[in-house]
Amino acid sequence: MPGLEDLYREIILDHYRNPRNRGELESPPARRVEGFNPLCGDEVVVYLDLDGGGLVNDIKISGQGCSISQSSASMMSAAVKGKSVDEARKLIQAFKAMMSIHELRLDGSEDEPVAADPAVKLGDLEALQGVVKFPVRIKCATLSWNTLAQALDEAADA
Amino acid sequence: MALNVDAVKKDFPILEREVNGHRLVFLDSAASSQKPQVVIEAMARYYETTHANVHRGVYTLAEEATARFEAARDRAARLINAPSSRGVIFTKNVTESINLVAYSWGRANLSAGDAILLTELEHHANLVPWLMLKEERGIELRYIPITDDGLLDLTDLDRLVHGVRLVAVAGVSNVLGTITPVRQLADAAHAAGALFLVDAAQMVPHMTTDVAAIDCDFLGFTGHKMCGPTGIGVLWAREELLESMPAFLGGGEMIRDVRLDGWTPNEIPWKFEAGTPPIAEAIGLHAAIDYLDGLGFDAIREHERLLVAYALKTLGDRYGDDIVLYGPRDPAARGGVVSFSFKDIHPHDIAQVLDEKGVALRAGHHCAKPLMRRLGVGATARASFYVYNDEADVDALADGLAAVSDFFLPA
Repeated sequence: MPGLEDLYREIILDHYRNPRNRGELESPPARRVEGFNPLCGDEVVVYLDLDGGGLVNDIKISGQGCSISQSSASMMSAAVKGKSVDEARKLIQAFKAMMSIHELRLDGSEDEPVAADPAVKLGDLEALQGVVKFPVRIKCATLSWNTLAQALDEAADA
Repeated sequence: MALNVDAVKKDFPILEREVNGHRLVFLDSAASSQKPQVVIEAMARYYETTHANVHRGVYTLAEEATARFEAARDRAARLINAPSSRGVIFTKNVTESINLVAYSWGRANLSAGDAILLTELEHHANLVPWLMLKEERGIELRYIPITDDGLLDLTDLDRLVHGVRLVAVAGVSNVLGTITPVRQLADAAHAAGALFLVDAAQMVPHMTTDVAAIDCDFLGFTGHKMCGPTGIGVLWAREELLESMPAFLGGGEMIRDVRLDGWTPNEIPWKFEAGTPPIAEAIGLHAAIDYLDGLGFDAIREHERLLVAYALKTLGDRYGDDIVLYGPRDPAARGGVVSFSFKDIHPHDIAQVLDEKGVALRAGHHCAKPLMRRLGVGATARASFYVYNDEADVDALADGLAAVSDFFLPA
């Protein structure tokens, strides 16, 4: 039986109480993408400022949500700020792998779990691993990551 | 006659179980109620002794199953004081009941420029079917606003109702508990030449409901919120309306004749019941209605009023400005629902910690996102009460909130 301390690790509560990179960036030039969790009404807004060389110059997070979604967003912002777009994508992949996400294919068959690059270090983000024991909360943890992935995709298409 | 809650609790086997080492305190009956043994047994007994498809076979089982199914329809009609069971259509839930009205009556009668009047406190079930019709037909949707106390603000009712074709309103808000003035709204609708629909999902399970006294034209309710099984709901409508409405879903049961080049519909209510219906579920609903009627709907209403009064007082006294209690102040103006915000702690986190204490509390937008926006929140926590809840359950909630605060906001 997983306990609350599995879910709410101290570092998660720290990011929840003192969120990093909270705020907004002027958009444009920054890219602004909203993510919604239709189950609970949580919403996250990711502001992404990429420089011409494919570096995450700056990232800000706004929106509202539970401690898991807010701390995950905060930790994500700290992890990708100053990193290259490529590194950010690898982090997204590694995080989703930790969350054991099985993506549904259109034909209904389940994909292999997302594979992580073993070279990618999640660091503090590993504190969120306990969320997996609370399946309904996984969407809280992945909300900001999916929103970041969407922002990166939109930037690549632009 | 007050409810004997200790005796009622014994009727619900699930209340014997523990959750995370604590007795189960179930405070989410507005989402779905628990089931008494008599309902579980009625359905099991039916499957053990009587099951066959209805309205088809001539053999004994088929006749018995049909009689039981139609007896459930008669019982549902008596429950809401309908003039006959011909107006009672079995659906799978209120959502389907309202969709049936939107698809059948709405598409036959509404076109661009026609207006429907709803309210700001509606559940998505009484919003999205009309929003879909708005997109498809270009109809206009108007909304009765709410006051900061969560009551309907009827100041502009005359102007809002003028020229509309339908007024569709929740009888009791699933978020605020607000009991809406359905008779007054029915009169206003009819004076304006409009029909009146009641989403009675949170009403029929909790209080005496009389379609003649309300003077409504459509009323929907659902079995699983009133001690019955999931998968069965009711749409009641005035018979002359049902006679004039086109069929909704097509298939078996709803036809009188089918040829390769056409079909003719069955009589009401079967015209609106395509395919094999939820037979065991109808029998379970019958048992649930009998069970609740045995407790007495007036006694249930009084029990919930007292429990809500106790909850508002207990939570308000204990947490003061740290808790925001939504909805009408007066317990007489609300059903057994208490939504709240607590110390800026997200409802999900509140519900997670309370679950550790065995308290099942709802967190989220409660399928009422426009109302959440009106309240200025993304989500609320919600405790909802039913026949098996008592003051000890409210105390468990209040104690649990102290633990929530200690956990997230240690002094």
